[in-house]
Amino acid sequence: MYQIVTKRRLNDIVTLMEVAAPAVAAKAQPGQFIMFRLDELGERVPLTISGYDRDKGTIEIIFQHMGRSTKMLAQMEEGDYISDFVGPLGKPSNFEGMKKVCVVGGGVGCAIGYPAAKALHDMGVEVDMIAGFKNKDIVILEDEMRAACDNLYLTTDDGSYGEKGFVTDKLKSLLESGKGYDTVFAIGPVIMMKFVSAVTKPFGVHTVVSLNPIMIDGTGMCGGCRVTVGGETKFACVDGPEFDGHKVDFDELMKRNAFYKEQEQKAGEHICRLTGGVRVG
Amino acid sequence: MLANMSPKKNPMPEQDPLVRNKNFEEVSKGYTKEMAMDEAGRCLNCKAKPCVSGCPVNVRIPEFIHAVAEGDFDGAYEIITSTNRLPAICGRVCPQESQCEGKCVRGKNGEPVGIGRLERFVADWHMENGKEAVKAPVSNGHKVAIIGSGPSGLSCAGDLAKEGYDVTIFEAFHNAGGVLVYGIPEFRLPKAIVRREIENLKAMGVKVETNTIIGRTVSVDELFHQGFEAVYIGSGAGLPQFMHIPGESLLGVYSANEYLTRINLMKAYKDGYDTPIAKSKAVAVIGGGNVAMDAARCAKRMGAETVYIVYRRSEEELPARAEEVHHAKEEEIIFRLLNAPVEIHGDDKGRVCDMECVEMELGEPDASGRRRPIEKKGSNFKLDVDTVIVAIGTSPNPLIKSTTEGLEANKKGCIVADDAGATTREGVFAGGDAVTGAATVIMAMGAGKKAAESIKAYIASKQ
Ligand SMILES: Cc1cc2nc3c(=O)[nH]c(=O)nc-3n(C[C@H](O)[C@H](O)[C@H](O)COP(=O)(O)OP(=O)(O)OC[C@H]3O[C@@H](n4cnc5c(N)ncnc54)[C@H](O)[C@@H]3O)c2cc1C
Ligand SMILES: Cc1cc2nc3c(=O)[nH]c(=O)nc-3n(C[C@H](O)[C@H](O)[C@H](O)COP(=O)(O)OP(=O)(O)OC[C@H]3O[C@@H](n4cnc5c(N)ncnc54)[C@H](O)[C@@H]3O)c2cc1C
Ligand code: SF4
Ligand code: SF4
Ligand code: FES
Repeated sequence: MYQIVTKRRLNDIVTLMEVAAPAVAAKAQPGQFIMFRLDELGERVPLTISGYDRDKGTIEIIFQHMGRSTKMLAQMEEGDYISDFVGPLGKPSNFEGMKKVCVVGGGVGCAIGYPAAKALHDMGVEVDMIAGFKNKDIVILEDEMRAACDNLYLTTDDGSYGEKGFVTDKLKSLLESGKGYDTVFAIGPVIMMKFVSAVTKPFGVHTVVSLNPIMIDGTGMCGGCRVTVGGETKFACVDGPEFDGHKVDFDELMKRNAFYKEQEQKAGEHICRLTGGVRVG
Repeated sequence: MLANMSPKKNPMPEQDPLVRNKNFEEVSKGYTKEMAMDEAGRCLNCKAKPCVSGCPVNVRIPEFIHAVAEGDFDGAYEIITSTNRLPAICGRVCPQESQCEGKCVRGKNGEPVGIGRLERFVADWHMENGKEAVKAPVSNGHKVAIIGSGPSGLSCAGDLAKEGYDVTIFEAFHNAGGVLVYGIPEFRLPKAIVRREIENLKAMGVKVETNTIIGRTVSVDELFHQGFEAVYIGSGAGLPQFMHIPGESLLGVYSANEYLTRINLMKAYKDGYDTPIAKSKAVAVIGGGNVAMDAARCAKRMGAETVYIVYRRSEEELPARAEEVHHAKEEEIIFRLLNAPVEIHGDDKGRVCDMECVEMELGEPDASGRRRPIEKKGSNFKLDVDTVIVAIGTSPNPLIKSTTEGLEANKKGCIVADDAGATTREGVFAGGDAVTGAATVIMAMGAGKKAAESIKAYIASKQ
């Protein structure tokens, strides 16, 4: 059992938690993820490690209340226990040789991009960050992000905060202004990563995306997380989750992620009405 | 006592095929006391004991059967478990026709003695009526780490714990049992049996650390730093192979591992569990082994109207246990033998809508000694299916090998180990599917047992 030691609501639909998992914390590196299972009836759900504290033995996760499992997790409180919490999974980010980087985050993806930005910044790499949100109300981690990079560019789709527009618009204008990034990290919804990769391609800027296919085990034994990268089949949980954005078949990934949509939607409605969420203490 | 000369085994009481193909309860109900004693009477107590040589762990077959015939079921249990820790499991899943029963002299003129059924009966009887409680032996203070909680890890752990070794099993999944819990379905091997075996090990003092991936959470080197004197790798062969034909990324194409894990480990078939799974109408399972049979029979039970087994060789070459093939046919699984998939087609949403196949014929024997299937040109046809399950084999996961200095693996990714289980790295032993590639429960158990002996000798040599 793994205890929730802190819980912080970042906005209406995003929650941060620190979970006591000393063995995972001892090994965690940026770019890796964990899988949790709430209780005996739960699914195994992957979440990126957004931070870790080796001394305290805790792992930080930031998640959007998407469907059944994440909604139920969001209803748990400090001191409660999660049945299973396994990791660190996936390959750590490879920051080798990077000198000037732009991290692009979309929505909750900012939470996942933020540790990468921080790690790079701490290494002395020049880091810009573009963080995009739908509107002002859901902006998260602004201070943390600002502290983790040289320039933070905040955008909202409706212009209610920061600059109006999509992250891709901002990225394009920065690239055009001759920023000369050697690498762009894009982390967020698949559609956003697809368009970021399309923007960087003509500039020939190496682009890393963090993929989020549906997973079961996270150890390479089911193949459910397979993605097509450069025409080859890769298992995102062991070969990734980070890949070269210019080689990923995003359309296929979007289709695959929608496979259980109807079933999940029903399950998601079901929890709110019937159990109010939490099944276990 | 006069032997029972009936040429046939006592039939196994079973659920009706058309009832059981809609539920996940166990197919076979097991012998009653009377059936078991009657079946035991068919054994001729042969001096040469050919049956024993057919069993990979040399269960003392005529002896235990003799005890059954006498009604001494406790005695029979003791005889079996002197060489086989998990008889309730082996009795159910061993491919007896190619092992013990395949060598039985009664099989020359009729059916062999139902050795597997008797083994199962004795184990089940003991589970219900056995008295002695499992006790933790006095610790000898020597720490051994076991990676993986499949049959090979469990048997290695059991043999060591029995003699007081301080054993910890590390398991990547949230439940222990390996293929016994994530692969083989409930209707063939009730999970309560596996859980009980694991509880027994715990009662003997074995610690089970789930959610721990060796190579990620902890490395083999770190295990040694933590004070483990020896490590046994029983991590299985869990990496699924795909066919690399067009259409394998379409929605509705599963590896058998994924499909079975969703159903067996994550209980997609049970109400209340959150695990989603395709609601299939027509399913094609590619392959002819136990894994394919299990996937097909699960699909049927999950509500599919039509389920095909698509296999490129003929009935004779089907690698599955004979009983599973027989059961699958009874359950209205349709066998498309000498057929091979060529391409999977999808609709505009990327969902599987049919699978194109080609007919095959058998040519000259290949390296495996089986006749090589050859494509019949122009014989292509389509199967209308919405789900395709790929069950063409698995190989060992490279994670441990790639994170452990000095541990060698062969071209297929199998860890190199000698007969006694010693690997190329001192203090590290390995066995089961991780060494042989996908094989059988009893082979994996046998390997775990042998390695336990080697580990004892190794630790003693270090004193
Ligand atoms: C390596 C990895 C890291 C991740 N890190 C984070 C993270 O740090 N924070 C976070 O909020 N989420 C993260 N995700 C995504 C998260 O795992 C999914 O959103 C998960 O499905 C939520 O589970 P649920 O039961 O709450 O929702 P579900 O009921 O499973 O899903 C709700 C809806 O989302 C769709 N969906 C299912 N899985 C995915 C997916 N993987 N991606 C996109 N849509 C999906 C479903 O079809 C459905 O419509 C990560 C995913 C991966 C693979
Ligand atoms: C669907 C199916 C049906 C089968 N039917 C039969 C049958 O009827 N009869 C028969 O004899 N055989 C059958 N087999 C084969 C048999 O189950 C295997 O040969 C046997 O289970 C191998 O045992 P093992 O202990 O070597 O490995 P496994 O049972 O595979 O166990 C390995 C365990 O190690 C864990 N692991 C892997 N990597 C790590 C790591 N890095 N860290 C921690 N843990 C790890 C895995 O999660 C797993 O739990 C079947 C197999 C399948 C898949
Ligand atoms: S362990 Fe398997 S092969 Fe050996 S006697 Fe029992 S059923 Fe037969
Ligand atoms: S070969 Fe058959 S008949 Fe002979 S001892 Fe073995 S089980 Fe009995
Ligand atoms: S999640 Fe199963 S192989 Fe990646």
